[in-house]
Amino acid sequence: MTDLLTPVLSANWGTAKSWDIGAYAAGGGYAALDKAFAMTPDQVTELVKDAGLRGRGGAGFPTGMKWSFVPKDNPNPKYLVVNADESEPGTCKDIPLLLASPHTLVEGMIIASYAIGCHTAFVYIRGEVLHVVRRLRNAVEQAYAAGHLGKDIHGSGYDLDIIVHAGAGAYICGEETALLDSLEGRRGQPRLRPPFPAVAGLYASPTVINNVESIATVPSIVVNGSSWFSAMGTEKSKGMTIYSLSGHVTRPGQFEAPLGVTLRELLELSGGIRDGHQLKFWTPGGSSTPILTGEHLDVPLDYEGMAGVGSMLGTKALQVFDETVSVVRTTLRWVEFYKHESCGKCTPCREGSWWLVQLLKQFEDGVAAPGDVDKLLDICDNIGGKSFCALADGAVACVTSAVRHFRPEFEAGYHTPARELFPYGRSALFEVPEGSHA
Amino acid sequence: MSVVTKPGEALAQVDTIAVTIDGIEVQVPKGTLAIRAAEMVGIAIPRFCDHPLLDPVGACRQCLVEVPDMGNGRGMPKPQASCTLECAPGMKINTQVTSPVAEKAQAGMLEFLLVNHPLDCPICDKGGECPLQNQALSNGNGESRYEGVKRTFPKPVPVSAQVLLDRERCVLCARCTRFSEQISGDPFIALVERGALQQVGKYAEHPYNSYFSGNVIQICPVGALTSVSYRFQSRPFDLVSTDSTCEHCAGGCALRVDHRHFQVKRRLAGANPAVNEEWNCDKGRFAFVSGRGEDRVTRPLVRRDGVLKVASWPEAIDAAVAGLRAAGSSAGVLTGGRLTVENAYGYSKFARAVLGTNNIDFRSRPASAEETIFLTTQVAGRGLGDGVTYADLEAAKRVVLVCLEPEEEAAAIFLRLRKAVRKHKVQVVTLAPYASNGSVKLNATVVPTGPGDEAAALAGVELDADTLVLVGERAATSPGTLAAVVAKAESAGARFAWVPRRAGDRGAVEVGCLPTLLPGGRAVHDAAARVDVAAAWGVETLPSEPGLDATGILSAAESGELQALVVGGLEPRDFASAQQVRDALESAGFVVSLESRLSEVTERADVVFPVALIEEHAGTFWNWEHRPGVVNTVIRQANTPMTDLRVLAALADAMGTSLGVRTVDQAATEFAELGSWEGPRPVPAGKPNGAKPRANGRSAGFRVATWRQLLDGGRGMDGEAALAETAKPAVARVSPATAAKAGLAHGGEVTVVTDAGGFFTLPLEVAEDMVDGAVWVPTNAPGVSLGEFGVLAGDTVQLNLGGVA
Repeated sequence: MTDLLTPVLSANWGTAKSWDIGAYAAGGGYAALDKAFAMTPDQVTELVKDAGLRGRGGAGFPTGMKWSFVPKDNPNPKYLVVNADESEPGTCKDIPLLLASPHTLVEGMIIASYAIGCHTAFVYIRGEVLHVVRRLRNAVEQAYAAGHLGKDIHGSGYDLDIIVHAGAGAYICGEETALLDSLEGRRGQPRLRPPFPAVAGLYASPTVINNVESIATVPSIVVNGSSWFSAMGTEKSKGMTIYSLSGHVTRPGQFEAPLGVTLRELLELSGGIRDGHQLKFWTPGGSSTPILTGEHLDVPLDYEGMAGVGSMLGTKALQVFDETVSVVRTTLRWVEFYKHESCGKCTPCREGSWWLVQLLKQFEDGVAAPGDVDKLLDICDNIGGKSFCALADGAVACVTSAVRHFRPEFEAGYHTPARELFPYGRSALFEVPEGSHA
Repeated sequence: MSVVTKPGEALAQVDTIAVTIDGIEVQVPKGTLAIRAAEMVGIAIPRFCDHPLLDPVGACRQCLVEVPDMGNGRGMPKPQASCTLECAPGMKINTQVTSPVAEKAQAGMLEFLLVNHPLDCPICDKGGECPLQNQALSNGNGESRYEGVKRTFPKPVPVSAQVLLDRERCVLCARCTRFSEQISGDPFIALVERGALQQVGKYAEHPYNSYFSGNVIQICPVGALTSVSYRFQSRPFDLVSTDSTCEHCAGGCALRVDHRHFQVKRRLAGANPAVNEEWNCDKGRFAFVSGRGEDRVTRPLVRRDGVLKVASWPEAIDAAVAGLRAAGSSAGVLTGGRLTVENAYGYSKFARAVLGTNNIDFRSRPASAEETIFLTTQVAGRGLGDGVTYADLEAAKRVVLVCLEPEEEAAAIFLRLRKAVRKHKVQVVTLAPYASNGSVKLNATVVPTGPGDEAAALAGVELDADTLVLVGERAATSPGTLAAVVAKAESAGARFAWVPRRAGDRGAVEVGCLPTLLPGGRAVHDAAARVDVAAAWGVETLPSEPGLDATGILSAAESGELQALVVGGLEPRDFASAQQVRDALESAGFVVSLESRLSEVTERADVVFPVALIEEHAGTFWNWEHRPGVVNTVIRQANTPMTDLRVLAALADAMGTSLGVRTVDQAATEFAELGSWEGPRPVPAGKPNGAKPRANGRSAGFRVATWRQLLDGGRGMDGEAALAETAKPAVARVSPATAAKAGLAHGGEVTVVTDAGGFFTLPLEVAEDMVDGAVWVPTNAPGVSLGEFGVLAGDTVQLNLGGVA
């Protein structure tokens, strides 16, 4: 089974002091730089285009194409901003990557910056993961000392500075335009588009915003070539990626495999659902992606496969829940997160999430009124697709998909509390006294 | 509604595109937002955050529409916010009128907005004129399905002394915060916190003391922002609204005046796209109760045995006529700058046709002979098309400010200039002693100019045909400046405009409240012009010699040369020397005062006639552009005092010479028929006096730079404590070098000692960019009025450590 794995990004995670530049260089790190500098910036972009790399942050936009949108004639400086504000429930790939091998990102940033003509690149990293912020800052410092950053890198004449900026704890700042506002020192709230960041992003200058994993993938493409990369994966979803399994699986963690692998295969790799239990529902890519069930075990985990069953690949954060879990309770917890993280700018997200939490609480407590499921769906309909940014779409996706797959469980909320139907202690991986509200 | 056209650009020149809204095809200018395009075909899409004069934000999501075709045959998958959606050629837009999707989205949004709204409409100021209330009824579902707990906040929170915030009513549309940032440039309120707890916040150490803060109350689409002075005063449906024009400055802002029970309850900015767009300043909005105090004059007063006593009208008129008859043409008329055109016309005609004198002047402020010539030759007789307009400010490449601080002295000009700078990249150059708050907000290039050095400084400024020069009335105190502006503008082909401060100033020039001018820009010394006026007025001759200006009238009255004064509304301390005015009034043989409130003039008058407040009569103000602004009668009561015009007509009748006009309409008609002088424009007669620029530091000491602050010690703001609290504190401002030379320190106090030995003390502010050798002080701070000290801009004073005179 392990031949399913294709460790590239995670290949060095097991080596001693993998985060240190010495270990990274010993494993061939920073070798991609000279190869990239030997090409023209446009050739690098073409290479990434040919490889078919698509954004690993969730939306799956072709990375090379994003780079090519940067206008050449704009007199303003160009910026690369790496989105490392990983904070969605369930999503856990960028932080482990940066913890284990921050230099992979630094190397990727140098190549990407070179390709788009950027001389100042930023990493906007989630501030709560202080240990990772420190590792990344240390890696940047090491890269400067080793001559990979700064002036005239490797004698190429190319200059680059990298600034690592720690966020202050807002999920919305993972939305790329809110991230830019926050990086500029304002409140993180999404911006009106157009103008798009490629034209007027950071400091109103052309800006490319990429996910950590997308950029970290670039060095391997430069070293191994585009056909090596595109040989992995499926027709439209090329290459390998990191899948993060969490929840009721025997061995949760990160699994790097080609796009198109299925949950059934990943479960086999991770030792399956915990002993004595069965899969009930799961998210393919974090809490913003509509949930799926046991029916979908064999659907390819790639952009098209997930879209085909009404969900999204998202961040490939597979949260796995077994039959002990109340879907109503889970949904409420997710929506509570979105309510807490709604930036407040637009009405449907701000007020809708406030309302949904109260309504879902009634379902959880078994005091919802008959007909409230339809009301719940209607409120979701009034939120979804009508908000300023995609945060609210994510907030309602978990509700509507949960009702789609488990409507009777919601209807039970008209009369029976969820904790009676699904005693919460049973979901825990440790002993919880029966009847506890956990 | 604002169709997107650049100022000065004809509609025909704008590129248009065709879009279809609810099946109706319409041509709209390129760049039009869908919500505006819908307005053009008469479809009102509900909205909260959208405001035509603010940058789009798309926050409230109330204006969602369906777009089945973007113009390329493809539809948009989700409903779109029409306030941020630019029309594309061939675009099809379906609003709530034809699209069930849009209709449901809008109804859903209103339901969301009411989730956390307290629905306290019965006790809310906005109830009855509330966009949330109205649109909930027009576009919402009748009932809410929300049964949960609402968010609550302690209420209200003062955002400033003038503006209160009820956070739980707020729909977070960001109109107020965008206004403060984009329009007035005072971003002292901002949205803080997140989610449903998001709220408008202020800086802990800095209240929202903006000169324009009242606008946020007006544009608030709910009752979240209310005014301290109007709160709980009335329900909107009990108010009667009257359109009018603001009387506080020469900006000419349109006003909506709301009254109830014979009392003005509030004033709002009126919509006049050509003038104030939809904004006004806090003075224009809140300062309207000064006539309600104990000092209101309601009956004529006559001095008997040295004491003013209430008299009947016939008694007062007889007394006045006796005094004026005795004086004959040995009289002077001081009108003040606050009269409507019609009232001012009455004074102008009264002086010439009844008293037989050209001794008339509207300038109750420091003036000069040079200015008289400037007004006679360069200002009078010009119409709207001959001068500079608000729209021109936006179309110019560069605007040069001379002796003018728009934010303090012409607030509507400030807002338009800020728009010009922000939207059209107009460059503002100002000749000023330091970069004022207003200059900073205009991103102005400051040409450091000491008081009195404006003419010299102007020589170093490049002008061209795309430059506009705005010269303020303060130029009268800077010898040579007005002449330099004229000469420099003429040689460069630049246009200039004179910006007076008071609402009646421009009209007063036009109707001839100047010793050199008859109505319509006719020069007194032009025989043909005199004949023209005399014929129209049906009098045989008019006095042919230019009269005395205000200073001359006062000196002559003091010396006994003039035997009588007729005085309109003015304050002695506004003149160069308050004492001279008081002395003149006391020495004058006979003083007739026409006033609405007891004043230093009425105290010294022999006969006082009560006259109407601005809300009690109709008329016209000409603003600085030469644009007429209509003043309508707001309060109609049987016992309302008469207008100045009517009092003058009664006096004329009693003197046996009819004034010919009695009502506002008659005066307006007669003045219009007279028209502007079509003969040759008056040319400067002789060299102006005192045009020699003052030498820098003519005596040892520091020169005074000064202007009036918008909110200051003026009596027009009396009775409005909340407004006064938002005024800028009075400070004296010097450069670090000046401070060092005078031994002063920032934050301390400075005592300013005049050459005449008077002194006053103010907190000291050391400003890096202040010109050396000068001290800036406000002209008329509460309690410290330069007129009391006889100090003018450019005069020399000594600076001592605070408290040491």
